Amino acid sequence: MARNSIRNDYLKQLSASGARQTESTPQEGRGTRGAPSFLGRLGGIGLLAGLLAIFSRAACAAWELNLQAPVTATAKHVYELHSLLLWIITVIFIGVFAVVTYSLIFHRKSKGHKASDFHDNTTLEIAWTVVPTLILVGLAFPATSALVKMRDTSQPDLTVKATGYQWKWGYEYLTGDAAGIKFMSVMSTPREQIENKAPKGEHYLLEVDRPLVVPVGKKVRVLTTATDVIHSWSVPAFAVKTDAVPGFLRDTWFRAEKEGTYRGQCSELCGKDHAFMPVVVEVVSEEKYAAWVADQKQKLAAAADDPNKTWTLDELVARGEAVYTANCAACHQANGQGLPPAFPALDGSKVAKGSKQGHIEMVLNGKPGTAMAAFGAQLSDTDIAAVVAYERNAWSNKLGEVIQPAEVKALRGK
Amino acid sequence: MQATHTAGHAGEHTHDEHGHHPSGWKRWVTTTNHKDIGSMYLWFSFVMFLVGGAMSLVIRAELFSPGLQYVSPDFYNQMVTLHALIMVFGAIMPAFVGFANWMLPMMIGAPDMAFGRLNNWSFWLLPPAAILLTASLFVPGGAAGTGWTLYPPLSVQMGIGMDMAIFAVHILGMSSIMGSINIVTTILNLRAPGMTLMKMPLFCWTWLVTGFLLIASMPILAGAVTMLLTDRHFGTTFFNAAGGGDPVLFQHIFWFFGHPEVYIIALPAFGVISHVIPAFSRKHLFGYASMVYAIAAIGLISFFVWAHHMYVTGLPLTGQLYFMYATILIAVPTGVKVFNWVTTMWRGSLTFETPMLFALGFLTLFTIGGLTGLVLAMTAVDIQLQDTYYVVAHFHYVMVAGALFSAYAGLYFWLPKWTGHMYNESLGKLHFWLSIIFFNIAFFPQHFLGLAGMPRRIPDYAQQFADFNVMSTVGAFGFGISQLLVLVVVFQSLKGGAKAENRPWDGAHGFEWTLPSPPPYHTFEDPPAFNPSEAHA
Repeated sequence: MARNSIRNDYLKQLSASGARQTESTPQEGRGTRGAPSFLGRLGGIGLLAGLLAIFSRAACAAWELNLQAPVTATAKHVYELHSLLLWIITVIFIGVFAVVTYSLIFHRKSKGHKASDFHDNTTLEIAWTVVPTLILVGLAFPATSALVKMRDTSQPDLTVKATGYQWKWGYEYLTGDAAGIKFMSVMSTPREQIENKAPKGEHYLLEVDRPLVVPVGKKVRVLTTATDVIHSWSVPAFAVKTDAVPGFLRDTWFRAEKEGTYRGQCSELCGKDHAFMPVVVEVVSEEKYAAWVADQKQKLAAAADDPNKTWTLDELVARGEAVYTANCAACHQANGQGLPPAFPALDGSKVAKGSKQGHIEMVLNGKPGTAMAAFGAQLSDTDIAAVVAYERNAWSNKLGEVIQPAEVKALRGK
Repeated sequence: MQATHTAGHAGEHTHDEHGHHPSGWKRWVTTTNHKDIGSMYLWFSFVMFLVGGAMSLVIRAELFSPGLQYVSPDFYNQMVTLHALIMVFGAIMPAFVGFANWMLPMMIGAPDMAFGRLNNWSFWLLPPAAILLTASLFVPGGAAGTGWTLYPPLSVQMGIGMDMAIFAVHILGMSSIMGSINIVTTILNLRAPGMTLMKMPLFCWTWLVTGFLLIASMPILAGAVTMLLTDRHFGTTFFNAAGGGDPVLFQHIFWFFGHPEVYIIALPAFGVISHVIPAFSRKHLFGYASMVYAIAAIGLISFFVWAHHMYVTGLPLTGQLYFMYATILIAVPTGVKVFNWVTTMWRGSLTFETPMLFALGFLTLFTIGGLTGLVLAMTAVDIQLQDTYYVVAHFHYVMVAGALFSAYAGLYFWLPKWTGHMYNESLGKLHFWLSIIFFNIAFFPQHFLGLAGMPRRIPDYAQQFADFNVMSTVGAFGFGISQLLVLVVVFQSLKGGAKAENRPWDGAHGFEWTLPSPPPYHTFEDPPAFNPSEAHA
């Protein structure tokens, strides 16, 4: 019953994306566009024909057999290269197994076939060493050219830094009008959907609160890094995947040719919620992008906290709860009970009921060798004051303490 | 004449043997006999296969539909890690060491392995390692949840389960190194007079090269996990940028071991297939010499391609190009082997008993796995497919269809020799057909999942991946359940059944087939004369 509704949503989603693809074809207007999709589809369908027959015709239309529709030149090269390879390996496979099948049919003992004992043939052996070598050398040319183009990150129009955290992405615009804009991008799929307590939405697990927004047709260079463990920033429609290694910068780039929302996922196992840190990129027109940048800058200015404000307990707890839900609840859980022993409870914990200073320092600096990350660089003084105050007053930890942002500031870097 | 001589000769020894070897459990704990140790390796490997298989079914059950069903993401990661470690180090490798123990001395006409006590110790190191690995599930924090690759810094975050995995890897490594030294020494020194290296059965050749690969690569893995251990507990920063280290360094060291490891698993499998296909084609193996060169070439090149597992870690362009070319190169000797097997069947006199069916299954599926490997070798395409289900499909075609199917081919091929009874051919065939059908239902759709972008090692996925995952789970359960048939077949053959002749397969060659079935406890105490008609080339 639940499965049916999921399937219906899913079919809707697919027919929507199908429509999007058909629209896009004339727009692309490139000579090469038709070829890869034809080659790839045909190859995929040919290989799968037997398996698909098991399932209903209606479902067939929905089953994705190939790489996602490419929206960058790089992704097109990869698509074409993959289609070429698929054809070559299919031909080789059919060739080799045609010979096997012939033997299996005509050279059986049950048909009275007598074994003829030949066991060497130098010409043949040289031939099947040299011919495959030549085929492989031939393949190396398109493979090299695709790779060289893929790795050229020079002269970008825009540079963005993507930082992997357990388990969310942080984006910071480094150049252009948007320089200085930075935000966290957290999966927005509600917990109830994951726990099967609510019907799953159209973009289940592939939706975030704040996507990365970039202008169409511009070369965007993405620097990746991480703060805790290795993550991998990946968007299949762009053929982009680069590890985010803590302590190092890597780079990749894309130039999206079509507006739209493109979705990927973290692609390096990064712990408990590895499945729950999607990458969402919104490609918009230049005008929309300019408007978005202006809007973000305005919001950034408005949201800046007055450093001299004195906060009341109620204000802190209200803000702290929001910070807690976004940053802490994945491990320590909304009810503060954690998932011991890896993720300890905060309700009644030694840290949360101990000294204020120790608690603030734990949040600022994390605990090396455990999954407790350092939030000093991710959260503002006000956010840290709020979340510490929340943790010290929520559940059974009713300490009644107020923590001012200035106290957090004083402990930074100590 | 030679056969009767050996049988009579060996018979005497079985008789007076009762006098001085312990019976009951002491026999198994203290044994230095290659046949006993071979059997223990095989049973151990089968038990581990069932444990690792049960874990894979936990994984597939969770992936049956989107959403979290049965296990927490943390536990899911632990299953992913242990499934791989147990299958690679507990099931596949010991299975082929078991075959080596049983068959190598009989194939080369040696009385036993070169170092009997070392052989015993190599085996008895395995159960403690297996206990460490499985028991780590029950310690605080659970087992390592990093995947079998144990990449830091994630592995530095783990609890004591990670340390248990590290020690298990140390112990398994020691066992492998000692086992390999034994195998290499046996092959190089104990061959019957007249059996030159180039007249040696192919299975011996594959193990000779594998032995060197193990001796060269296992210490590297031990080093990598030791550095991990000191990073975790003793304040070193090999893999921590904050102290001048580099997380990617671990990946280089790990894969410098990890890629030869792939061939450590594959080469003995090639060896088994090189015996089964000629036997049931009633022909000699085609291109014996080129097979040997191909094995050696694969072994050598396997040390120069490690970073093709790391195309997205930020290698420089020149590095990516080099590793792509080197990886493509490995397809040449692998292709030569496939062509040789195909030509061995050509104009043969084929029959299709269970070992041959599994060998043909191996040939088909391993070729598919090899060809998708060629796709993955192309860096640009691999960047799209790295860490997706395409890779999962690829290495299961190579590992399950490659190593496991070949192990089954070997099991059915040699079972009559070991037990003295023919196995139940209908059950064997049923086992094959169920295996190959369910295997493809389980793993073929994963190619499409990967192409569409489904990452690996996730307990929950977006809805467009739902249908193929249902198929894959159904296939995996079918495959898992069909494997229990092997137990039935083996027990039946141990208990009774038609008497196996010395040479139950009329196309089989080699010293091992001149011995009675089952062979006496001690064989070839005097080296047999090498008979060219039993040679493989």
